[in-house]
Amino acid sequence: MIAKRIIPCLDVRDGRVVKGVNFEGLRDVSSPVALGSYYSEAGADELVFYDITASAEGRRLFTDILREVASTIFIPLTVGGGINSLDDFDRVLKCGADKVSVNSGAIRDPGLIGEAARRYGSQCVVLSADVKRVNGEYHVFARGGREDTGMEAIQWIVRGVENGAGEIVLNSIDTDGVKRGFDLEMLKAVSERVNVPVIASGGAGCIEDFITLFKTLPRVDAGLAASIFHFGEVKISELKRALKAEGIPVRITEG
Amino acid sequence: MIAVIDYGVGNLFSLVSSLRHIGQTVLVTGDPEELKKADRLILPGVGAFGDAAKKLRETGLGDALIEEAHRGKPVLGICLGMQLLMTKSFEFGEHEGLDLIPGEVRALSEVVDPALKIPHIGWNPLTLCRETALFKYVRNGDSVYFVHSYHGTRCEKDTLALTEYSAPVTAAIGRGNVAGCQFHPEKSGRVGLNILQAFAETEGALC
Repeated sequence: MIAKRIIPCLDVRDGRVVKGVNFEGLRDVSSPVALGSYYSEAGADELVFYDITASAEGRRLFTDILREVASTIFIPLTVGGGINSLDDFDRVLKCGADKVSVNSGAIRDPGLIGEAARRYGSQCVVLSADVKRVNGEYHVFARGGREDTGMEAIQWIVRGVENGAGEIVLNSIDTDGVKRGFDLEMLKAVSERVNVPVIASGGAGCIEDFITLFKTLPRVDAGLAASIFHFGEVKISELKRALKAEGIPVRITEG
Repeated sequence: MIAVIDYGVGNLFSLVSSLRHIGQTVLVTGDPEELKKADRLILPGVGAFGDAAKKLRETGLGDALIEEAHRGKPVLGICLGMQLLMTKSFEFGEHEGLDLIPGEVRALSEVVDPALKIPHIGWNPLTLCRETALFKYVRNGDSVYFVHSYHGTRCEKDTLALTEYSAPVTAAIGRGNVAGCQFHPEKSGRVGLNILQAFAETEGALC
């Protein structure tokens, strides 16, 4: 039985980890290398590393830091942010990423997912979708949640899987940073339609939110969060123990 | 010194980082002659069996690896590298492996519940089949990280560990100084590092 995964997410800009609340008002948290190896030892099942740097200069810095993070953690690593071409896939895979997450890049070039899946395998391609309710419909947003593409989200995600995405990160903009629980309604709608792993993102505030997630939606494979882990509001070891006590399969590591 | 065999199949970054992390000197090489100099050999690999087996044959690395294994040098295959140690594979046709450990590589879909996702990806606990030097730091039930669509069959006598994915799935095999892990020790946290550590420090038989 495959364990449900707990995934801390590191948003990196100018070489530092930051976390936005509703994607704005970013706060500096810590060093990505220190946080990455802390999580790797603390029982995280995977790390997600997002490059939110805009300039080419920043991208080079990110690549250096990525290599450093990847060489000090020994759990799977997913990298996203600024992935627009197969060259970008190549660049981050060579720095030690196991999976590459595409978002705006796939919106600009819908062929990207298919090309990447053919070259590197579906298990390597993650479609990350930022989704928000607009007039009763789920819409896909681009550019870090700033731009409504007008596209219907479920169709977009189903098509992404058909084209070769091997995993979905569903980030609800409506619940992101609010800390009142994951967006169960949106996650249900997506997880019923795809047969690849779905990672829930946006809204976790406490241990109970993860228990509710996995109990309500057994088809969801993983829970992702950032600030609650970075600031120690939820400790991964305590979270895993609580999930295990509820009968949810998790990987327990002991120090 | 541990030689990581580089035959153009897959990314070696994490494996090399993890070996360095546990204090090993690593040589990444595609030269059959270099395998003689190393104390231990690791055969990594991801992708399709047929292509990989062909590359091992064409480069002479396959024959060199078999020769060193017969001399008693410790050998560890990882993921596709484990599968290549076996007799043959039925992935897209029928292909011969290195035949260091008897057995056949077959699709997981032959045994796994069709409702489950394939590839089998994620953390899954090990059931150890017997005591071995390779897994001396592993406890029954420790989880490791898998990414695969095929697995070893007809290798019951040489199976070191199993995992469960609606059916028993071969997680590790071994015979004397040659062993293989279907999972990725370099991605399996502390448990995986400890397996690499045991491989690096074991003199004589791994299992």
